This record gives sequence, C-alpha cells and structure tokens, in this order.
Amino acid sequence: MIAEGGLALLWLAASLSLLQLAAGWGALRPGGEQLRAVVRPLAVVQGLVVGLAFLALIWLFLRTDLSVKLVAANSHSLKPWLYKFAGAWGNHEGSMLLWVTVLAVAGGGVALFERRLRQDTLIATLAAQAAIGLGFYAFLLFASNPFTRLSPVPVEGNGLNPLLQDPGLAFHPPTLYFGYVGISIAFSFAVGALITRDVGPAFARAMRPWVLAAWIFLTLGITAGSYWAYYELGWGGWWFWDPVENASLMPWLAATALLHSVTVLATRAGLRAWTIMLAVVAFSMSMIGTFLVRSGILTSVHAFAVDPLRGSFILGLLTLYIGGALVLFALRVKTVKEGSTFEIVSREAALVINNLLLSVILGLVFIGTLYPLVTQAFGREISVGPPYFNAVAGPVALILVAVMVIGPMLRWRRDEAKALAGRISIPALISAASLLLVVLLAPGIGWLPLFGLALAPGIAAASVAPLWRRNLRRTPFFIWGMVIAHLGIAVSLAGMASESAFIQETLVAARPGQTVRVGAFDVHFDGLEPVVGPNWTAIEARLTARRGTGSPFAMRPQARLFSSPPTPTSESAIRTLWDGQLYIAIGNQDEQGRTQLRLWWKPFVTLIWLGGALIALGGLLALIGRVRRERRGRPEELEALAEAAA
Amino acid sequence: MKRPILWVPLAVVAVILALFATALFFGPTDSTEKAVKSAMVGQPVPDFDLAPAVAGRPGLSSAALRQGRPHLVNVFASWCIPCRAEAAQLAELARRGVPIDAIAVRDRPEDLAAFLATYGDPFRAIGADLDRRVQMDIGSAGVPETFIVDGRGIIRHQHIGAITESDVPTIISAYEAAR
Repeated sequence: MIAEGGLALLWLAASLSLLQLAAGWGALRPGGEQLRAVVRPLAVVQGLVVGLAFLALIWLFLRTDLSVKLVAANSHSLKPWLYKFAGAWGNHEGSMLLWVTVLAVAGGGVALFERRLRQDTLIATLAAQAAIGLGFYAFLLFASNPFTRLSPVPVEGNGLNPLLQDPGLAFHPPTLYFGYVGISIAFSFAVGALITRDVGPAFARAMRPWVLAAWIFLTLGITAGSYWAYYELGWGGWWFWDPVENASLMPWLAATALLHSVTVLATRAGLRAWTIMLAVVAFSMSMIGTFLVRSGILTSVHAFAVDPLRGSFILGLLTLYIGGALVLFALRVKTVKEGSTFEIVSREAALVINNLLLSVILGLVFIGTLYPLVTQAFGREISVGPPYFNAVAGPVALILVAVMVIGPMLRWRRDEAKALAGRISIPALISAASLLLVVLLAPGIGWLPLFGLALAPGIAAASVAPLWRRNLRRTPFFIWGMVIAHLGIAVSLAGMASESAFIQETLVAARPGQTVRVGAFDVHFDGLEPVVGPNWTAIEARLTARRGTGSPFAMRPQARLFSSPPTPTSESAIRTLWDGQLYIAIGNQDEQGRTQLRLWWKPFVTLIWLGGALIALGGLLALIGRVRRERRGRPEELEALAEAAA
Repeated sequence: MKRPILWVPLAVVAVILALFATALFFGPTDSTEKAVKSAMVGQPVPDFDLAPAVAGRPGLSSAALRQGRPHLVNVFASWCIPCRAEAAQLAELARRGVPIDAIAVRDRPEDLAAFLATYGDPFRAIGADLDRRVQMDIGSAGVPETFIVDGRGIIRHQHIGAITESDVPTIISAYEAAR
C-alpha cells in the first residue's frame, strides 16, 4: 500500500501545482484579487505532499520492499541500512523524485518566509515555480514512475552500484540537488519580476538570500563530490572535467556571477537586465546538466541508465522553460529601467569584470563539454579532455582571482585610482615576493601552478583586508562572509597549485617484503590479506609507511569485489598529515606474485577541499547576516553606507 | 522587435537545443556512418619514429608498420573518456588475433600505466606523441581514432571515435581486407 500511497501523493502534488499555476495566473488578471490568498497556501501544501511522497519511497527502500521495481533493481536486503536509505536517490527515478521534492519544498519555503517582495511579484514567482514543477511531475508520472510494482516479486534485489556505497556519497546527491534545484527559485523570481515589471533593488534584496542558500549547497556538493571522486575512484585526481562534474560546475559559475551582480542591483540599482539573464542562465545550466546526465548523450564515467524517451522528455521541458523565459526576457526587458551609472574605477566596475570573467569560464567549460556533441553531429565522437580545459579555463580563472584582490577594496560608484594603488600595494608585494620565492626554490614548475602559488598568499592578504581597522565584533556578518569566502578561494587555489606542482608519484609492481619510496616516505609492503565485509570481499595490502625517522603508520588499500552486483572497486588508503596526503591504491596481481602499487605524495592537497568548505562557510555567514538584517528591518540605505565605508 | 540584440540569447539557445536534439535522435547510430571517407585512406603513413610511451614496451615507428603484416593503430590517451569505453572492444579485437599498436597523445607514462592497468592492455607497441605532431600528420583530429594500415604501410581504413560493439565486425572485415 505504501507504493500506491506514494503514487497517489505524487498525483495530488501534481494537481496542486496545476492549481497553483492556474490560481497564480488568475490572481494577476484584473478582477482576480480574491485568488491571491490561495497561492501561498497551495505552494506550502504542495511542498508538504511531495515531501511525503519522497518519505514513502525512502520507507520502501528501508524495508527493501522487493515488490517495487525500483527497489528490486537498486537495493538488496543485505545492504547496510545507510545505503538502503541513500539507495532511494541513487537511481534515476528516485533522484528525479528528489528533484521535484526540492523544487516544491523550495517553492513552499518562498511562500512561507518571503515577506518583502511585492505581493503580485511573489504570486508570479510562485506560479512560475509551479509551472516548472508541473513539467517535472509529468516527467515522473509518465516516464519515470518510482512506485511501479513488479510481478513476480523477486527473492532478492540487484543491489546498489558499489561505487555509490560510501557514506560521503549518501549525502552528496541531496546536497548537490538542493543547490542545483534551489537555484530554480532565482529563475522563478526572474520570471516573476519580468511578468510584473518589478526588476529593482527590492526585488534583488528579496532574491539574494535564496540565491545564497542554493549557492552554499552547490559549493558543498561540488566540494564533497570532488573529494569522493578523489578517494573512491582510486585515480588520485580531484577534478576530471568529466561531463557530470562540469554539469555541476556550470550552474555554480553562473550562480557565483549572479551572487555578485545581484549585489550591484541591490545596492546600486545597476545591472538589471544582466542579473535577470544570469538568473535564467543559472537554472538553465542546472536543467541542461540534468539533461546531459540523464539522456546519456555524452560519454561519462558516471554511467546512468539511458532511455531515449526520457531524454526527449527533458529536452522538451528544456525548450519550454528556457525558451519561454528568454522570449519573456526579450519582450519585457526593454521596459526595465536602466540602473544608475558608475565610473571605471569603482566596485561596480570590478563586479562587472568578475561577471564577465565568470561568464567566459562558463562559456569555455560549456563549449568543451558539448564539443563531443558537435563533432558527433558530423559523425565523430571525440572528447577534448583536461588538456583543453586546463589550457583555456586555467588562465582566465587566474585573471579572475587576481581581480578578486582589487574588487573588495574599491568603493561603490567611484574611486580614486591612486588611493586604490596604495591599498593593493601590500597584497601585490606579497604576491611578488612569493612569485620570487617559488621561482627560486622550485624552478621549472608549470606556469599555471607557478602563478597560482604566487597569487594565493596575495589573495589571502587582500581578502582579510576589509577587516582592517574595523571593530571585529561590530563587523556585519555579510562582510565576514565575503572575507571568508574569498579566503577560501585563496586556500583552495594554494592547494590546487601545490598539488599539481609538487606531486610525487611512484608506480611499481612490488613483492611482499619490498620497500617502495615515494617523496620523503619509505613504504614497506608487508603482505596481502583477504578481507570480508558485509556485502563485499577484498584483497587488502598491508603497508607500513614512515617519513624519515618519524613514527611508522599502517596503510591498508583494498581491491574490493562487491557481491551484488559483482563489481570491482578500488578503496585507496589515505593518510592525512599536516602538510599533505599520502595516497596509496592497489591494482592487479601478476603471474610472478607481484602487486601493482600506485603511491602518491600530494603536498597540501587537503587545502583544496578546506578552501571549498570555507567558501561555503562564507556563504552561510553572509546568508545569516542578510536574514538577520532583514529581521531587524534596517533601512537599506544604511547598508549601502556601511559597505561604502568599508 | 525594436532591439534585436535581446533575441540573441534565444537564438543561441535554439542552436544549442537543436544540437541536443540532433545528438539525441540521430546520435551514435550504426557503424557505416561513422566510417568517414578520409583523405588519408590509400595514402602511405607519414614517416615518424615515436619513443616508447611506457617502460618495457617498444615505441612506434612508421618503419615498423611496413613489415608485411597489417596493423591496427589506435590513437588514444589516458585522459580521454571515450577511450575507456572502447577498451573492451580493443581487447576483443586483440583476442581475435588482430595486432594492435597505439599512439598515446599528450600523455604521461604513469597515467598511461594506470590506464592500461585499469582498462586492459591490448597493445604491442605504444609510441608517445607528446606534441600531437604524428596525430596531425596521420590525419587524426582527436581521440580515440583507429587506423588500419596494411603490410606496405598504406592506410586502408580510418575509424573516428570510440569503437563500439557493433563496429567490431566492420573493423575485422577491414582488417581482413588489408591482408
């Protein structure tokens, strides 16, 4: 009955979203004022109902109800409960249900908590959100029903893809989805504001916390996904420019640009059309990412079930929503007043440059990701790979972070170039010194890591500069947020540059008893042991590593074989030290009794994810600051003054 | 319609969506379409001599391709994702007795070794093409591509993109024809 109940709830939620769209439409027409009162409650109830449907699916997975097709295909009674739980979204149908759940819950959240937006704009926003929801409900109900029964009922399920049986991954997709789909709120806000011609600072201030929240989740999701790929895939890399990774990076780039342009709109009433455009692009990138992943038109290491019907369905939704929003944009945006002007040397100008550079990176990643499709249209299937992405996106990203040094130090509207030169002299000196230091101490490293290492300390110094001569206890949270997020970029950049410049790698076929050297470490191969887990067996290498005369520690990389479905995976052994990570993976055994060992010493690699966490923390602080300020109802003019005084 | 520039985003998106639709509906189809008419077919392989790409395996030179036996030459890279997808088909070809040599494009020995350890290693010789020069000379625009070279060093067949299961018979017959 649970499955039927879930399906009924899903139909109910779909009907509610249709009602919400119709009521919103009616409420905005002349004479429809009495409908206004129902739109908010409808959005809240829709969120609750679809939330219940999602809980029903989780319940089915926890109980391993094998009469449900999805459970039988993706779960197994022997699986640890955490993975039964996570199995609910570790598959196509479940993840699409999660998608609409986040969509509806975010819409319900806006209906509950948004108090500052003009009422008609809010109603138009909720109607837009319902329109998006409706399409994805249709997709679920007609092409991806998660509650389909299976007859005859199998004795045992097929199991979950073992790569996904990892605690980190249990929560990686929901986090990413909160960001991915949460950004739909920005899209709906943009559509709503275009409909009611309400694009202005008040609208921007209302939209900002929602963009921030989605962006925090995206940042966390990407960071966690990168770490997961790093330790689970056993290739030792932290970013592969895989289409699925790019699908999460592209909305992040657009959302980051949006976060900065929305500040210009909120504070200085500028960049109106551009901000609307970015809001549309950000969610479009989420939908395109979903399409690329779900349709299987790009070859990726993340293999998902491919179904042409589903692909065409999502493509239809893409066309409808993106096309509709852009038609509305073209028709309405000229009625949007142009914002106030600013000088070349000003905070606004720096943010415009930030936006342009982020857009360029976004465009380059987009082209690189779709390149195989273009060539395929001419009968070939070719991927461009990391050499392309690193070569084109790397330099632009370095310019972007260099601009980041200057931006926060500029005043709004206009600033003096001379005064600016004084303010950036310290970070510039620090960067010059570290450039010199790196060139002297580590000659011959690539120029991307070289400039990364040179820029990182300067950016770190510049990012804390806004705190200079402030009373730290009275510094607004959103300033703290900016400082910590920018610091996170510097930390992450330092990690990436250090890892790619100083990585030490050893690949050997070793016999037990041998000692292998990697970097400053001596790793002794003690032997191989078979190990058995709840639903896997493994060959485990026992290794003892020590640096110089330091104390030895054990490393236990495994080559695992999961029983259902039978899949080999590599469980690398990672030892985190203060200055980097020792990373060991094992490969195959050969006829002569040798085992392939792949060892890396990765100096300061952890900074990459620490930086990512700092960026998300900065976003969280900014979000808290914005919400608290809103609660206090402090006039926004004061905010502008406070930022100008910074 | 007074400001045409406002319609540019819509036009751009229309092109992208059309591309998606093309890929979705006319995407990876049967192998005959993938076998493009290459200008290199019928031409002798250009002269080259590539150093070994991994330790313990010979490199690849054009002279080695002119010794009387036909060869498959696979242009690949460890960073190329379609190459992973085609590894199983190459293994199948090798199992059926087709000699396979490889040109590794812009690759590092340690990455290559890991790739071969993970995805299988059907190659007899692997030449390191660090600056893509040989890849360009032989008429390959990207990875993966596969050439069939006959015993006199003449290119007989060029396959662009990953070899899928349905391509295997085509490759086999092209190889048989080159004997």
